[in-house]
Amino acid sequence: MAHKHVVVIFPHPDDEAFGAAGTIARFRAQGVPVTYLCGTLGEMGRNMGNPTFANRETLPQIRQEELVKACQVLDINLEQLGYRDKTLEFEPKRDVAKHLYSFLEKIKPTLVISYYPGYAVHPDHDAFGAAAIAAVELIEPSQRPEVWALAIKKDKEKDLGEPQIYYKITDTFEKKYQAIVAHKSQAAGILGGINQGPDQLDAIVKNKLSTETFYRWEF
Amino acid sequence: MKKINLEKVQEQLNYYIGEPAYLHLETTNGAYATHHNREAFNVGAFIRNTQITFNQAKISGDASNYRVGLKTEQGWVYAEGLREYHINEQAQLLLAGHDLQGRLLVTIELSKHPFDN
Ligand SMILES: [Zn+2]
Repeated sequence: MAHKHVVVIFPHPDDEAFGAAGTIARFRAQGVPVTYLCGTLGEMGRNMGNPTFANRETLPQIRQEELVKACQVLDINLEQLGYRDKTLEFEPKRDVAKHLYSFLEKIKPTLVISYYPGYAVHPDHDAFGAAAIAAVELIEPSQRPEVWALAIKKDKEKDLGEPQIYYKITDTFEKKYQAIVAHKSQAAGILGGINQGPDQLDAIVKNKLSTETFYRWEF
Repeated sequence: MKKINLEKVQEQLNYYIGEPAYLHLETTNGAYATHHNREAFNVGAFIRNTQITFNQAKISGDASNYRVGLKTEQGWVYAEGLREYHINEQAQLLLAGHDLQGRLLVTIELSKHPFDN
């Protein structure tokens, strides 16, 4: 089915880049509008650039700018929900779900992409994924968008089987790479030295970033 | 941030003695420690914008591991593994320790006014 509008729901600036940028770029190449509902500013991230150029107090503003840049690279709309990094699991799920629903109600997406609760490693990922699914459940069943859930836990296949949606993202890799490096304070730490020549980048691409997979959520 | 200069930091700590200050104290090994190594545990704690008044403050140690202890009327605040410091434009004192990849391990910060957000 051709999608009309895709909403991506993740808690941290850079989740969209590492987890779904290739898929997002694919939709944009088809002319499908994409809106990113980003939960926090990743204020409590421990990557401060390598060499470090951020500190705990400058990180929020730096990540704000990086997020805007990444969204420009991917050519997507950005909505920020203003929660604080690391605290999403302590917010009432129903409140967060209603907050997300207020955007879904306006945007009326045909597809929502978020984290698979319980299989997303970071407590913010699990909590925001659960709230995203609860938000979609507030929509009348006949009107509900499809939900694709991103699981990153090791050995997820043991419990969940193989993901139904599988993209080899060679066509959109360049966009994905640019979205990742837009998050300069995080990319170096996560990719482990992105300026060490094409071999290393190739290896990282081949091993970690060349496919994006999602589970289709059954309500 | 710059490498800690003991005298400068001590001078800064003295400036906060005896009057209410805002504290940010944090330690973390990241949310992915267990994910990357099954034998590792995720550990972390933070406290932010807690007001404290201390009557003694000292930085101790050497370039490999500075410690800070703040003695309050009823107890103590402690941090170790500090190697860098910075005084920002808001005159807040930031002390931190990072691993070899530049990732934050520990930080203790003091301010006369609440920290942003
Ligand atoms: Zn994240």
